[in-house]
Amino acid sequence: MGRDLSYAGVMGRRNDIMLKAVGIDYRNYSTGVLAFDYEALMREAGDIAEIRRIQRETHVGDTPLWELGNITRLVRALAPPGKGARVFLKDEAANPSGSFKARRAALSVYHAARKGYPGVSAATSGNYGAAVASQAAMRSVGCIIIQEVFDSRGIGQPEIVEKGRACEAYGAEVVQLTVGPELFYVFLVTLEETGYFNASLYTPYSVAGIETLGYELAEQMVAREGRPPDVVVVTHAGGGNVTGTARGLRKAGATAAQVVGVSVDLTGLHMASDRDFNRKSFTTGHTGFGIPFATWPDRADVPRNAARPLRYLDRLVLVTQGEVFYVTELLAQLEGMERGPAGNTSLAAAIVLAQELDRDQIVVVQETEYTGAGKHPWAQLTFSRRNGIAVERGDPADNAPGRRIVLPREPGQLRVKEFPLDNVRRSYLRNALNQAGDRRLLPEDYRFLADDTRQDEDRVRSLLKEVAASEAN
Amino acid sequence: MSDQARPGDWVQIHRVVLPPGERAPQVPPDTQAVPLEMRVKGFTLGAARLGETARVRTVTGRELEGRLVGIWPAPGHDFGEPVPELLTVGGEVRARLAEGKGDPGNG
Repeated sequence: MGRDLSYAGVMGRRNDIMLKAVGIDYRNYSTGVLAFDYEALMREAGDIAEIRRIQRETHVGDTPLWELGNITRLVRALAPPGKGARVFLKDEAANPSGSFKARRAALSVYHAARKGYPGVSAATSGNYGAAVASQAAMRSVGCIIIQEVFDSRGIGQPEIVEKGRACEAYGAEVVQLTVGPELFYVFLVTLEETGYFNASLYTPYSVAGIETLGYELAEQMVAREGRPPDVVVVTHAGGGNVTGTARGLRKAGATAAQVVGVSVDLTGLHMASDRDFNRKSFTTGHTGFGIPFATWPDRADVPRNAARPLRYLDRLVLVTQGEVFYVTELLAQLEGMERGPAGNTSLAAAIVLAQELDRDQIVVVQETEYTGAGKHPWAQLTFSRRNGIAVERGDPADNAPGRRIVLPREPGQLRVKEFPLDNVRRSYLRNALNQAGDRRLLPEDYRFLADDTRQDEDRVRSLLKEVAASEAN
Repeated sequence: MSDQARPGDWVQIHRVVLPPGERAPQVPPDTQAVPLEMRVKGFTLGAARLGETARVRTVTGRELEGRLVGIWPAPGHDFGEPVPELLTVGGEVRARLAEGKGDPGNG
């Protein structure tokens, strides 16, 4: 008898399919109604020394850390007297597939090959696809990347079309889908049919792979300046970048470094809407991923998400699409480095944050990505115009996602918008209560929620009461 | 370009995965109204005309069937058109730094 390939039938088998495709039995880590042993789960990926060894086998990591002298001069021209920290950049575009995502893919593909899987598959429309494909090429295993790329008119988002081309360049099969979360259904069918490994963005392998980024940048800064950085600015989408970088910083002893997450503000655009799909001029690093994944990480394609950004964020800020395109131009014109726009999300915020800090302080922008046809300001802004979005110079405060992209008139107009972490924590706890349903939380659950929100247990209990009361009203 | 694919040509096929009405319940109305479609590339296993059903072998060795929609398809993306609003940015910020408003002690 054939498999039941109906949507409901396949979704009903998701836990079994995932257990086979990831090779981790997440049930072993469960410690309460909601709680699980996060650190024990992370140990599946091995320690930093082992991760570095695996990554070096496939040319991943050891990327340069550059001081951006002209950007720093610009920051100081804008800052109040005595202010204006030095800005550094970790050039992650130097990884084999052109982004930090190579770090995430390296461990997944290594473990897939070691465990005897015939191939790897990932559901991703981003740089991660090319990273998995590149690592799969090096380790001689098959690779299928599943992308959401077209709207119902068959028009492909140029940034994603380019990423698909890159996957093919590394020898991967690319399954291109129209808009919709049922991409996950296609992913499950593919995993079941092929017996491939799920190179999910959210396994311990994927997240621990980024720890080397934080670890390296702390090491490099200490070697160069004699101390770790004061602030590390991280583009935030699914949470892995924040989580892995912060864990790596801590492991390197840079415990005082402030970790600031930055997302592009796409408020108002629905992520599963066929109409809104091609009105986004950023396909990653934006609030459409950043906020849902921070407020409930376990919405991922594995039972427990190893990316848990609320544990590590010191601050979360938003920037606009126009500001990121503008600083992409600044990086090219002032520093002679042409890099992809999405990777410069954190640079846009760093230019603002550095103005708040003293001159002897150091801000690190912890990634860049490659640029090329499709993922380039001209390509993306031309596409925006063709989709009826206004592109103009003006005050970035007038930016309206899906309607107007405003490029600042001058660099002093760059701003960040605070996204209060307490708002994220309240949403997270509301989701936790919904998840628990009628089940009574155990002492272990309160401890877990405290760790997961980086609050003490008393604060968690009082926030939970507050949230439960507002739900009742 | 001929609309006829020969065996072994690199082609693109198209398939409807979920028709409207069978989409996931959480999908918004505009997406509910359209099918979930899939496009995959591979080498054709037989001759086929555009619009006809074709069978392909993908680079991972999978055999898939669908409507033939492209023969030797090009990616189609490019660098877009010059963006006037960005063309002047470099000159503006360089001039600003040259005014000496920057910090002479660094950079």
